[in-house]
This record gives sequence, structure tokens and C-alpha cells, in this order.
Amino acid sequence: MPLVRGGNISQDDFVQLADDAPLPEKGAVLVSAARFLADPQVLLQRSDRLGVIWPNNRDLDDLVPHLERIAVVALVFPTFRDGRAYSQARLLRERYAFRGELRATGQVLRDQFVFMLRAGFDAFDVKKQTDAEAFGQTVKRYSVFYQPTGDGRLAAPFRRLQLRHSESASL
Amino acid sequence: MYAYDEIDRTLIDERVSEFRDQVKRRLSGELTEDEFKMLRLQNGVYLQLHAYMFRVAIPYGTLSSKQLRRLAHVARRYDRGYGHFTTRQNIQFNWIKLADLPDALADLAEVGIHSMQTSGNNTRNVTSDQWAGVAPGEVEDPRIWSEILRQYTTLHPEFSFLPRKFKFAITASEHDRAAIKIHDIGLRLHKNEQGETGFEVLVGGGLGRTPLIAKTIRPFVHGRDLLSYVEAIMRVYNQYGRRDNIYKARIKILVHELGIEKFAEEVEEEWQHIRNSDLKLEAATIEDIRSRFTYPTYAKLPHMPDELRKAAHDPLFERWRKNSVSPHKVQGYSIVTISLKPVGGPPGDATAEQMDALADLADKYSFGEIRVGHEQNLALPHVAKHDLPALWKALDKIGLATPNVNLVSDIIACPGLDYCSLANARSIPIAQELTRRFANHDTADLIGRLHINISGCINACGHHHVGHIGILGVEKNGEEFYQITIGGRADEKAELGTLIGPSVPYNEVADVIEDVVEAYLALRATPDELFIDTVKRLGVEPFRERVYATR
Repeated sequence: MPLVRGGNISQDDFVQLADDAPLPEKGAVLVSAARFLADPQVLLQRSDRLGVIWPNNRDLDDLVPHLERIAVVALVFPTFRDGRAYSQARLLRERYAFRGELRATGQVLRDQFVFMLRAGFDAFDVKKQTDAEAFGQTVKRYSVFYQPTGDGRLAAPFRRLQLRHSESASL
Repeated sequence: MYAYDEIDRTLIDERVSEFRDQVKRRLSGELTEDEFKMLRLQNGVYLQLHAYMFRVAIPYGTLSSKQLRRLAHVARRYDRGYGHFTTRQNIQFNWIKLADLPDALADLAEVGIHSMQTSGNNTRNVTSDQWAGVAPGEVEDPRIWSEILRQYTTLHPEFSFLPRKFKFAITASEHDRAAIKIHDIGLRLHKNEQGETGFEVLVGGGLGRTPLIAKTIRPFVHGRDLLSYVEAIMRVYNQYGRRDNIYKARIKILVHELGIEKFAEEVEEEWQHIRNSDLKLEAATIEDIRSRFTYPTYAKLPHMPDELRKAAHDPLFERWRKNSVSPHKVQGYSIVTISLKPVGGPPGDATAEQMDALADLADKYSFGEIRVGHEQNLALPHVAKHDLPALWKALDKIGLATPNVNLVSDIIACPGLDYCSLANARSIPIAQELTRRFANHDTADLIGRLHINISGCINACGHHHVGHIGILGVEKNGEEFYQITIGGRADEKAELGTLIGPSVPYNEVADVIEDVVEAYLALRATPDELFIDTVKRLGVEPFRERVYATR
């Protein structure tokens, strides 16, 4: 599956590790929450970057203390209809100030890109090649947003106040 | 009326082009039907028995004449010349073609109408009192807040893939015309001791397989905190609502399983994290929305104009006036309800010609404004009393002066098996037959206020649980049977109806309903004791005895 990062299809430098696979000495690895929680230290003390796949039905509490040392959190959309990971993403970004890579995995389709960006995802394990190729076009679909989220886009209420201010200033 | 600004217009235009692209990808086979399904649902497009059905949002039931004309245009150009007004203050078109949908949406977008989130597992059209802004005694116009919520819930990045659909309703009057207690979130606008605007927040109401009346989660949430509090509720629901079983996925089940106290604690904890975030509504933001609502400039008019005095000699006019005209907050004006329940007609339908004609009448007599109520009727909210006789004549000409508002033939019904792929039984023909049985106005008037609600299946789109008389279609050995409940109501005293006996076959339903009504006439304490009050006083038993004695 193509990985979109920084708006472009790019090479995934993480190797996904099965729970029973031996831990390689070198290289960035992506492990399950179960493997991570079984022994966080052994994974965190490696010199290479660590990514954790966090299921969408588990509270973030056990992950939060380690966030500073985790490079990638991969959240899961078992089907695109299951929107729990949107809440997890916003909490990680907005409440727990996670600044690493937030990766959307599972059934990640074109028509969710904008929602995902707004929730704080910045990497996308896209299901279809054509969707990945259309990423740049798709995220330009919307230029206005009603809700304030932590993604930095200016939401309508604030944009309106700015507009009104500049209108009254120019009178 | 709320007037879109540049931001609102841009957003719906962008939505139309997104959907155009999605339809193109579906038609080319790039999208599977399974992938497309959710996308079309989020734009109000269902696949029904015979064709696609297209549901268009009418936020909080307010329409301009220009918008109503455009709906007529869609009915004529892309459908079969009529539309169906629904219990969510929406309108549905039943025969539209997939390839035409993007054009229909573009036509609607030009007048500020969209179909976003009229289906799918997201936040649905925010509904409100159809008399908002004109009802006497209203605390303040709830549509300001409805619009704030409409914007907040539109394309919400976190809550567009909820466990199940999610419905808001708002009222600002003591008498609840918005049925807030049967909504996922119900909001009752009121003021605190300091005179500040806020909301009693109710949560977990809903009908369907497991009907539940909403519970109060907080008696007062300040207006500025409305969005953060709502976000807290929705975040708890999005994470913990059940996704394993579609019939247990509504928030009412989560609230029920956790208990309201525990649920409230979860919400409170979440809320404390976000109540001082960007979601806090600045006074200037609320004012900005308020300023985009325009209100008529009312004239100073007498309470009892000569025209009305003269017309009072016409018994047919008087009959209509007494039934369909309600007090307005401004002297000399009235609210006129327009029944979409003609004898023998499908409840809630209007033809393109009727919509166009009504738009003209709204321009002439109601400052260009029309309202849609959840009872599937329309209203003209600002009619000068001296215009009532002329308006009545004009309405009568286009078949929109049936004087049966709130009477036994003012039936709420879902589309049922005539259209819907979920239905077990027909609803519309039952409603049509009942309107024929109770066609005599004097009899209907004698019976008084009585709400009949019909659903063609357990999903309860016709709100049968909260009808004074509820009729639910079920399937028994391949045949249509109907369960009958009495004593339900959807207002501030919301209650679920009780079954009065075994289900009855299709061709006996109208007889049974007639018997129920006759039982009421015999049992009521006084002529002005309403059906619903008689049931409350006596319970179901005396009705059961009378209706089922000979069956």
C-alpha cells in the first residue's frame, strides 16, 4: 500500500514487526500496542525510531507517558465507517501535544483525507494507488471549515471575525 | 431567515463539486457500491425499492420563497413533479437518477440549500420549532443556535463516522413543538437567574427498536459553552458507543447501559478539558450569526381588522381559521399552518405547482417566508390578519386549505412499503383510508386534538411510539399486520404509547382505529378532555375492553 507523507507518495522507512518476530538490531520498526506494552523499555532504548500501532478500541492512557520517545503512532480504521481513530488523533495532537508522525492505517480512502488532515493525521497508508496519486488534488477540495480543530486551519467563526474587523477598518 | 455569507456559499459549492467527482467515480466503476454507499448517504441519497431517493435538508424548517421555488424546480426537472416533506423538516424526492444528482445539488446550492448529512451515521439536520421567532412567549429565537449547531456539525472532522445517526432538536418555548425528548440531544433554551441564555441539555432519546425518552444530563449549559459541551458528549459517544450491532449503536443505548449518572460523569470529565478551548463562543461570534438573520418589518395593525370581522360570517372560512390560524407574537399578525394532509392524499406530499403557488403566496402575505414542521405540514409565519380571508381563498384554490391541523386526519406517516426497502408493511394507504373515514369535519372537530402516527416498520420513521394513537406495521407469515398503541406523545410531557391488544391485519386497521376513537368519545369525562388525557386518566384497559370485545 502506498504511503503518503508530506503530501507525496514516499518510501516507508519503517518495518512492521510481527509480535513474535525477532527484534532487529538496526532500523525503524512499527510494532503492535500489545508488543510495545509487554516491554516498552526494550523497544524505546534502541537507537532507531519506534512506531506503535494503537488499536481504536483502547484508551490512550497507556501510550501517553511514552509519547515523547515515539516517532510514529499508527491509528487504525478497520473499515472507513469506524470513526473512533478520529477522536484518538485529535486527543493525541490537541491534548497530549504529540508532535511525531500520526499515521492513518486500515481502510484509508480518498474521501476521508480532508477529515483526517483536520483531525491531525499527517501520514496515510492509502488503500488504493489511484487514491494516493490523487492526494494532492483531493485535499484542495475544501477551502473553508466550520470547526476549530488543532490542525491550524482557520475555522469560519474566526475568519468571519477577521473579515468583519478588516471591513470596519477599511470604512 | 439566515442569509449565507461567502464562507457558507463556498462550502456548499465545494461540496457539490466533491460529490460530482464521487458520482463520476461510481459511474466509471472506480468506486465500489459499498464504498460509494457511505458517500452518497452523506449527501442524502438512499437506494430505495424502485429508485434513488434524494433527501434535501431544510435546516430548522425555515425556507424562503426563492428556495421553495427551487425545490419545485427539482421536483419538476429531476423527479416526477412532487416532493415529500418529512418528520425531520426535510424534503424527499423519490424518483431521481444518480447521474442527475450533481446537477440537482448544484441548482439547490445556488439558493443556499444542500443535502449534506441528511442520512448516514453522522449529525443530521438540526430541527427546531417551526414557529421559532414568531411564537408568543418564546424565550428567544432558537434558530440562531440551530444555525450555530448546523455549522458546527457540518463536515465535522471527528464526528462524520459515528456509530450511528445523530439528531439534534431545539426548542425555546414552554410547549415543545420540536419533540426534543425523542432526540439524541435535545436542547431547551432558557435563561438562568442572571438572565443569561443557556440550555437544558437532554440526551439519549430516540425511537426505533428501543424507544427511550431523553434524560436531562445538565439543567443549564451556558450559551457560550454549548459547542464544547456538545463536543464532549459526541466524543464520549464516538469512542464508546457500540459498533457491534446496528440496533444498539445509537447514543440512547450507551446512555441506557452506562446509566445517565455515569454517562454524565464521562462527559463532564471530557468537557473540563475543552470548555475553554476555541469552541467557546465569543459574544461577537454569536452576534455575527444573529446579524445574518433577517426579520420582517411588521406594520402596526389592529387586533381585529374589518376584513376578518366580515369574513367571520362565512362558516367555511371560520372553520379554517379556527383550525389552522394561530396567535403570533406581534399584534395584527398570525401564523398560518398549511395542512399537507388532504382527504385521501399521502401525508406530507406537495406538487411542484403547489410549491410554486405557495412561494407566491408567501411573497404576497408572509414576507417571503415558509416553515416546515415535523408534523409534515407547512406554515406561513407572518400573515397580517387582514389578509387571512384572501389567503384562505388562494390556498383553497390550490388544495392547501384542508382544515384538519392537529385533528385525527392530520396523520404523520413514513413512506412505508410503497417506497422503502426497510418497510414490512404499507403506511400511506392506511393513512389515506383513515383520512377518508374521518373526512367529516364536524366529527373530526368533535373528536378534537388527536395525533395518529404510522410507521411501516420497527425503525419508527413515522414516530408511532409517540403518536396519541400509534400504528406499527409488522410482517406476520408474509402478511401485513399492524400493532396499535395509545397514549404516546412527543411534546414536553413525552411518553411512549402502550399496546392495546394483538396486532390486526391490513384491512381491519381503519375499523379498529374507529373503534378506539368511539371508545374515547364514550369514555371522556367532558367534551374538552383530549384523547391523550382520557388515556392518561383511565389507562389502556377500558380501551382494550371496548375495542377487542367483539374481535
